[in-house]
Amino acid sequence: MQPASLEQLEEEEDSFDIDVAVTNPEKVGDGMNAYVAFKVSTRSSLAMFRSKAFSVRRRYSDFLGLYEKLSLKQSLHGCIIPPPPEKSVVGIFRESCLTRRYSKILTSVTSWRERRAVSTQALSGAGFLKMINKASDAVNKMTVKMNESDTWFEDKFQEVENEEQQLRKLQAVVDSLVNHRKELCGSTAVFAKSMAMLGNSEDNTALSRALSQLAEVEEKMEQLHQEQAASDFFVFAELLADYIRLLGAMRGCFDQRVRAWQRWQEAQSTLQKKREAEAKLLWANKPDKLQQAKDDITEWEARVTRHERDFDRIGTTVRKEVVRFEKEKAKDFRSQLVKYLDAMLQSKQRLVKFWEAFLPEAKAIA
Amino acid sequence: MKQLGFLGLGEWLLYCKALESFLQQIAAHSILSRNKAVEIFLTSSDPPGRQRVRKNIFNRLSQAVEERRKEGHKDVDEFFQTERHQNLALTGCTRTAAEKFLDVVQSEQKIAVAYGHFSASLHLCVEPGEDPDKQAFSNACMKLSKVFDSMKKNMTSVADNNMNTLGLGLDLESRGQEAEKEMLFRRTCKLVELETARRNAEKAKPLKKAAMEEAKKAVETEFDHICGVAKQEVARFQAARVEMLQQALVQWCEKQLLTAKESADQFNQHLQAFRGMA
Repeated sequence: MQPASLEQLEEEEDSFDIDVAVTNPEKVGDGMNAYVAFKVSTRSSLAMFRSKAFSVRRRYSDFLGLYEKLSLKQSLHGCIIPPPPEKSVVGIFRESCLTRRYSKILTSVTSWRERRAVSTQALSGAGFLKMINKASDAVNKMTVKMNESDTWFEDKFQEVENEEQQLRKLQAVVDSLVNHRKELCGSTAVFAKSMAMLGNSEDNTALSRALSQLAEVEEKMEQLHQEQAASDFFVFAELLADYIRLLGAMRGCFDQRVRAWQRWQEAQSTLQKKREAEAKLLWANKPDKLQQAKDDITEWEARVTRHERDFDRIGTTVRKEVVRFEKEKAKDFRSQLVKYLDAMLQSKQRLVKFWEAFLPEAKAIA
Repeated sequence: MKQLGFLGLGEWLLYCKALESFLQQIAAHSILSRNKAVEIFLTSSDPPGRQRVRKNIFNRLSQAVEERRKEGHKDVDEFFQTERHQNLALTGCTRTAAEKFLDVVQSEQKIAVAYGHFSASLHLCVEPGEDPDKQAFSNACMKLSKVFDSMKKNMTSVADNNMNTLGLGLDLESRGQEAEKEMLFRRTCKLVELETARRNAEKAKPLKKAAMEEAKKAVETEFDHICGVAKQEVARFQAARVEMLQQALVQWCEKQLLTAKESADQFNQHLQAFRGMA
C-alpha cells in the first residue's frame, strides 16, 4: 500500500492518533546493575489499542531494541527509521558535573575564610608562609624576636600578607578566565567555519542562506570574545598584578623596619659591651687603652642614636605608605571597574544587534 | 550510566524529551507505527526484549566491512544518486558542526564556572573595620561579586539556550542524516542484489533458468517497493528537516536575543550603581 502523494501521506498521518510521552526517570536497582527506567505513556483513539490511555516502564536498551527490530524488518526497507538518542548525552550532563565542582570549591573557600577570622596569632597560615618565603629573615626574627611596642605594625603586616594571598587567588581565577575566553574564541571560530561548510553543502536555498548568515554571526561573536578576553586581561589581570607588586613592596618596607630595629638593638648591645669593656679597663687600671674605649663608646652612642632615628623614620614612612596605598587602591579599583563594565555593556549591546539582524533570516526559511 | 543521583533535575528532562521525540516520530509514521514491535513496546507490561547496548548504535549493515564496498555502488536512478551524494556531504558536515558546537558550549560552561569562582573569591577581599577607604574597597568588591554572579547566570543561560535549541537541532539533524543514510544504503544493497539476480538469470543454464527468473522477479518487486517508499520518505524527510532546522534556528535566535537584552539591561543597572558610588 503506497500513498501516491505527499499530501495523501500527510492526510493519513493526521488520522494516526497516537500521542506518546516519556517522563519520570527513576533509578532501579543498586551498584553495577543499576539502570534508569522511564515511564512511557500513550494516548490513542486507534482501535488497535485496547484502551485509550496506558503506560509502561522502559529502559534505554528497550528503546534501542525497538529501533533494531524496525531496522531489520525487510518489509520496512525504504523507510527512514528515526534514530534514538545516544545512551549518555554528554553535553547535557556536563553542566551538572561543573555545577557540582563549583559548589565543592565554594564550600572549601568559605571554610578557609572562617579559619582565618578565628586566628591571627603568630603561627597562622600567613605567618607560616612568611617564614618559608623569607628564610634568612625568619632565622633572624626567631633569634631576635622584635619587641613590638606598636601593635599597629604587627596588625598591618598581617593584613598586607593576607591581602596578598587573596589577590593571588583572584589572580589565578582571572588567569583561568582569560584562558577559557581564548578557548571560546577558538571554538567559536572553528564552529563558524563548520557552519559555513554546512551552508555551502545545503541544497535548500533559504536554509543555506540562513546557515551562512549564522556562520557570519558566529564570526562576529568571535570578534566580541577576543575583545572581551583583552578587556579581562588588561583590566583585571594587570590590575591584580600591580596590586600584588605593590603589596610585595610594602612587605619589603615592613622588613626594612624590622631590620632597622635589629640594627638598633645590635648597636645597643655593642654599646653595652663597650661600656663593660671600659669598666673592665678601669678596674684593671690600664689607662692607655682607656681612651680607645671611651672613643668606642662615643662612636657607638652616635650609632645607636642614628639607628633609633632611622627606625622611627622608617616607621613613619611605612605608616604613610600604607594609608596612601589604601586610598589609591579604592579609587583605582573603582575606576578600572567602571571601565570594564562599560566595555562589557557595549559588547552586550552589539550582541543584541547581531541577534536582531539574524532573526528575520531564520524566520525566512520556508 | 551517567549521574544516577540527579534524576530530578533539568538534564533528565532534556533526555526524556529526546526519547519522546524518537517515539513520536515512529508513532507519526504511517508505515512504522503499524509494526507489531511498536505495539508491543507501548503496551506490553513485560519488558519487550532488550538489545545489548553496543558502542555505536549505527553499526548496521553499512558498517560491516564486506557490505561497505556496496556503499559507492553506482545508482540506476538519478534522483537517488543525487540524494545519496547530498546525504554523504551533509552527514559529514552536520556531524562536524554538532561536535564543534558542543565545544563552544563547553567553553561557555567553563567560563560560567570561572565567573562563579571570581564572585566567590571577591567575598574574601571584604575587610572589616570602619576605615572609609577599606569600606570603599570592600563595597566595590561586594558589588563586583554581584556583577560576576549575574554574569555567571547569564553565561549559563547562553550555554543552556545553545544546548536546548541549536544544539538539539544539530544533533537531531545529524542523526536524521545518518538514518537516511541507513535507508539509502539498504536500497543500494537491494540494487546490488537485483543486478546480481539479473546476471544470474541471464547466465543461467536452461535447467535453472526458470528458477533464476522467479528469483529475479521477486527481487525486482522488492526493489520497486523500496524505491516507491523511499521516494516518499525522502520527500517527507527533506520537508521535516528543513522545518525542524528552521524552528531550531528561530528559537535559538529568539532565546539568545532575549537573554542578551536582559543581560544588557542588568549591566546598565550595575554600571549606574558603580558610577553612583562615592
